[in-house]
Amino acid sequence: MDVAKQGAARVGDDPLNGIEMAEAGSVTVDTHEAHGHEAHHEQSFWSKYVFSTDHKMIAMQYMFTGIVMALIGGYMSYAFRMQLAFPGQSVPGYGVVSQGEYNALVTNHGTIMIFWVAMPMLIAAFGNFLIPLMIGADDMVFPRINRLSYQIFLISAIVLIASFFVPGGGFGGAWTAYPPLSANAQYNLTPLGATFWIVAVALEFVAFLLGGINFITTLMNSRAPGMKMYDIPMVLWMIVIASILFMASVGPLIAGAVMLFMDQVVGTGFFDPNRGGDPILWQHLFWFFGHPEVYVVLLPAMGIVADIICTFARKKLFNYKLILFTVFATGIISFFVWAHHQFVAGIDPRMANVFTVTTLIISIPIAEMLFLYIATLYGGSIQLTTPMLWALAFIAEFLIGGVTGIFLGASGADIYFHDTYFVLAHFHYTFFPIAIIGFYAGITYWFPKMFGRMMNETLGKIHFWGTIIAFNCIFIPLFILGAAGQHRRIYNFQNFPDLAGLQDMRVFATGALIVMLVFQVVFLVNFVVSLIKGKPAGKNPWNANTLEWTTDSPPPHGNWPDGLPNCYRGPYEYSVPGRKEDYWPQNVPPDTAPAE
Amino acid sequence: MLQGIYEFIKSIFEPLGDYFIGSLVPVGSSFAADIDSLIALIAVFVGFWGLLAYIAFFFLIFRFRRKDGQRAKYVTGEEKDLKRWISWPHAAIIVCDVVIVFMAIMVWYNIKQRLPEADATVRIVAQQWAWNFIHPGPDGVLDTEDDIDTFNELHVQEGTLYHYELVSKDVLHDFSVPVFRLKQDAIPGRVMKGWFKPTITGTYDVQCAEMCGVGHGIMGARIIIETPEEHAAWMSQNKGQLASATTR
Repeated sequence: MDVAKQGAARVGDDPLNGIEMAEAGSVTVDTHEAHGHEAHHEQSFWSKYVFSTDHKMIAMQYMFTGIVMALIGGYMSYAFRMQLAFPGQSVPGYGVVSQGEYNALVTNHGTIMIFWVAMPMLIAAFGNFLIPLMIGADDMVFPRINRLSYQIFLISAIVLIASFFVPGGGFGGAWTAYPPLSANAQYNLTPLGATFWIVAVALEFVAFLLGGINFITTLMNSRAPGMKMYDIPMVLWMIVIASILFMASVGPLIAGAVMLFMDQVVGTGFFDPNRGGDPILWQHLFWFFGHPEVYVVLLPAMGIVADIICTFARKKLFNYKLILFTVFATGIISFFVWAHHQFVAGIDPRMANVFTVTTLIISIPIAEMLFLYIATLYGGSIQLTTPMLWALAFIAEFLIGGVTGIFLGASGADIYFHDTYFVLAHFHYTFFPIAIIGFYAGITYWFPKMFGRMMNETLGKIHFWGTIIAFNCIFIPLFILGAAGQHRRIYNFQNFPDLAGLQDMRVFATGALIVMLVFQVVFLVNFVVSLIKGKPAGKNPWNANTLEWTTDSPPPHGNWPDGLPNCYRGPYEYSVPGRKEDYWPQNVPPDTAPAE
Repeated sequence: MLQGIYEFIKSIFEPLGDYFIGSLVPVGSSFAADIDSLIALIAVFVGFWGLLAYIAFFFLIFRFRRKDGQRAKYVTGEEKDLKRWISWPHAAIIVCDVVIVFMAIMVWYNIKQRLPEADATVRIVAQQWAWNFIHPGPDGVLDTEDDIDTFNELHVQEGTLYHYELVSKDVLHDFSVPVFRLKQDAIPGRVMKGWFKPTITGTYDVQCAEMCGVGHGIMGARIIIETPEEHAAWMSQNKGQLASATTR
C-alpha cells in the first residue's frame, strides 16, 4: 500500500517493526531542520512566544487572538441587542447607539464571529495544535509559512479593529457587503471604514490560504509510519477537507474583494450598473465562497465532536468510512448550492428551482452524518463529562439549525423567510454550535494536553448549562419574530407599526443574551484558575487512543523528543473484546491479543 | 395534473399554515396561503424526523450511561442489521425531500416564475431611504397625465391583480410586504417585474428587507388596501394635485 511505503520510505525501515522504527524515528527528528538542535537551547521570549514556528505556539496565538475577537464580537452583540430591547436609550458601557453605529455593529459582529472567531479557533487553533500531534509528527511541514499565516492574520485583525476608529466610522453595509452600497462612499458614508473592512477580509483569506496549504501537505505527507488513510482521526480529516473547500472556494471571492477595493478606491465600475457593471456579480462571487464557508467551519467542529463522542462513549465511531464519504459528498455538493442565498435577489427565477434541488440534496449527507453520530452512542458506556456535554449539545442544537435550513432552502418558503429573523435564528443555530459549542467542546477536551492541567468539572458544568439554556432563550423567540415578518438589520422596530407590538420578545432575547454573556465569565475564570492550579493531567487523562495522548502534557518542543510514534490501528478502537483495558492506543504494537 | 396534485397537498396543510404563520401575520394576498401551507408542510416533515432523532438521541444517552463493570459494545457500524438504522431513515429523508422540492418549486413557479394577466400596474421606486409609489390613476395606465405619485404610501384595491415594476435609484433595496408574503430585491439599472393580488383590506407595513445604508432602519412604508369604492374615492380625491408632483 502506498501509504505504508511512504512511511517506510521516511524512516527507511519496515513500518511494522516497532523497536527499530522508534529509533529510526528519532533519527528523522535530528535531521529535521533545527528542532533537535533548538530543543537544547533556552529560547528567548520573542522567539518562543511571538515569532515562534512551533505549531503548538501558533495554535495558542490563533486561539487567544480568537478569544479576544470573540469578546469584542460578544460586546458588539450586547450593544446592539440592548438598542433593540430599549431603543434610543443609552446602553450601559457603550452609550447611545446611533443608526450608523448600529449598522456597523451588526456588520462587524457577523464578520468577526465568522472570519476572526470561528475560523481561527476551529481551523487554525485546533488544526495547528492537533494535526502534527495526532499524526505523530514533530511539526508542520512548513513551519515558517505557518508563522507567516498567523502574522498576516494578526494584521488583518488589527486592520478590522482600526476600521472603527477612522473618520466616518466602521463599515455598516452588512457582512455580505453587497454593492453598490459597499462600493460607493456616497451611499455607505463610510469611505475609509468600507475599505479597511474589505482589506481586512482579504488579508484574512490570505492567512488561511497559507494555513490551508500547510494543513493539507502535513496530513498527506507526515503521518506516522503505519497510519493509513482510514486510521486518521476524524477531526483531522474534517479540518483538512475544510481547508480544501476553503482553498477551492475562496479564489473567486479574493478576486471579488480586489474588484470591490478597486471600485471603492480607484473608481472602477465592476459592480456599478451606471457604468456597465453588475451588482449581482458580487453576490455570486460572495456566496460561491460563502456557502462552502459554512461547511469550512462546520466540518472541524463536527470532527471535534466525533473524537469526543468516541472517547466518552468508549465506542468506535459508527461506520467511519460512511461518515467520511458523507463529508466528501457534503464538500462537493456545497459548491452547487450558493444561489439559495439569492432566490429573491433578482437572479433568473428558473435558477431558483435548480438551487432548491441541490440545497435539499445537501441535507441528505448532513442528516446522515448526524444519524451516524447519534448511532455511535448505541451500546456505549457514556460518561457525561464537560467535553461530552458540549459535544452532545452540538448535535442537539445543530439539529435545529439543520432542519430550519430546509425552510430556507425551499424556494417557495424562502420568499417569505428571506432576510427575516427566521434566517438569523437559523444560522445562529448553526454557527453557535459550530463556533462556540465546538470550541468549548474542543478546549475542554484538549485543555489537559495543551496546558498539562485539568479544568474544573463543576465550573465547566455550570458554564455549560448557563450557556446552553440562555442560548436557546435568545434564539427561539427570534424564530417566532422572524415568522411574524420581522426583517433584519433594523435598529428600531418601533418604526414599523406591525412589528412594534412584539417588543416583549425582543427584551426577553436581550435578557437571555446578557445572562449568556455573564456565564462566559465562569469559563474565563475556570480557564485561568485551571491554568495555574488545575490538577496535573498526566499524559492521557481521558484514556483516549489517538497519538497526541502518548506524549507529555503539554508536549515539549518537537512533540516526542525520544522518537516519533508509530501507528498500528485506527483511532477509535475502544472496548475491543478480549482486552483488559477498554482503550487501545494507536501507538501500542499489536500483542498476543486478537487484533483485527 | 401537477397543479392538481399540488392543490391537493396544499389543501391538507392549509389549516396548519394558517395556524403557524397566519396567526402572526394576516393572510393578505392570493398566494400567501400557498407559502403558509408550504411552511406548514416542511414543519410537519422536519418536525417529525427531528423529533424522532431527538427521541433516539436522548434515549441512547440515558440507556447507555456508564455503569460499573459494564463495557461498551464493540461495533463498527458496518454490520448489516445495524446499518439499516441509518439506511432506512436515509431513504425516508429522500422521499420527504422529493415532496418538499415538488411543493417548493410549485409555489415558486406560481408566484415568481409566472406572470398572470394584470388588472393594473404600479411602479415602485426605491431610494435611500424612502419609497415612491406611482399609481396608474383612474385610466389604469402608467406614464399618463393622471398618474398618482405617493411617498411611503401605496394604495391598492382589494381583489385586483397588480403587476409591479420595481426599480432602484441608488443601491439594492428589497420590496417586502409581510401580509402578502412577498419579497423582491430592487436592483439599480434593472426593472424587476412581479405580481400580487390583495385579498384583504387594511393598512400594513412595507419593509425594505435589504441592507441599504444608514437609514435602512427607517425605510418603511405603509400599504393601504382599499375596497373598490374607497380606492375610487382616493383616486378622484388625489387626481388633481398629482400631475404637478410627477417629476418624470
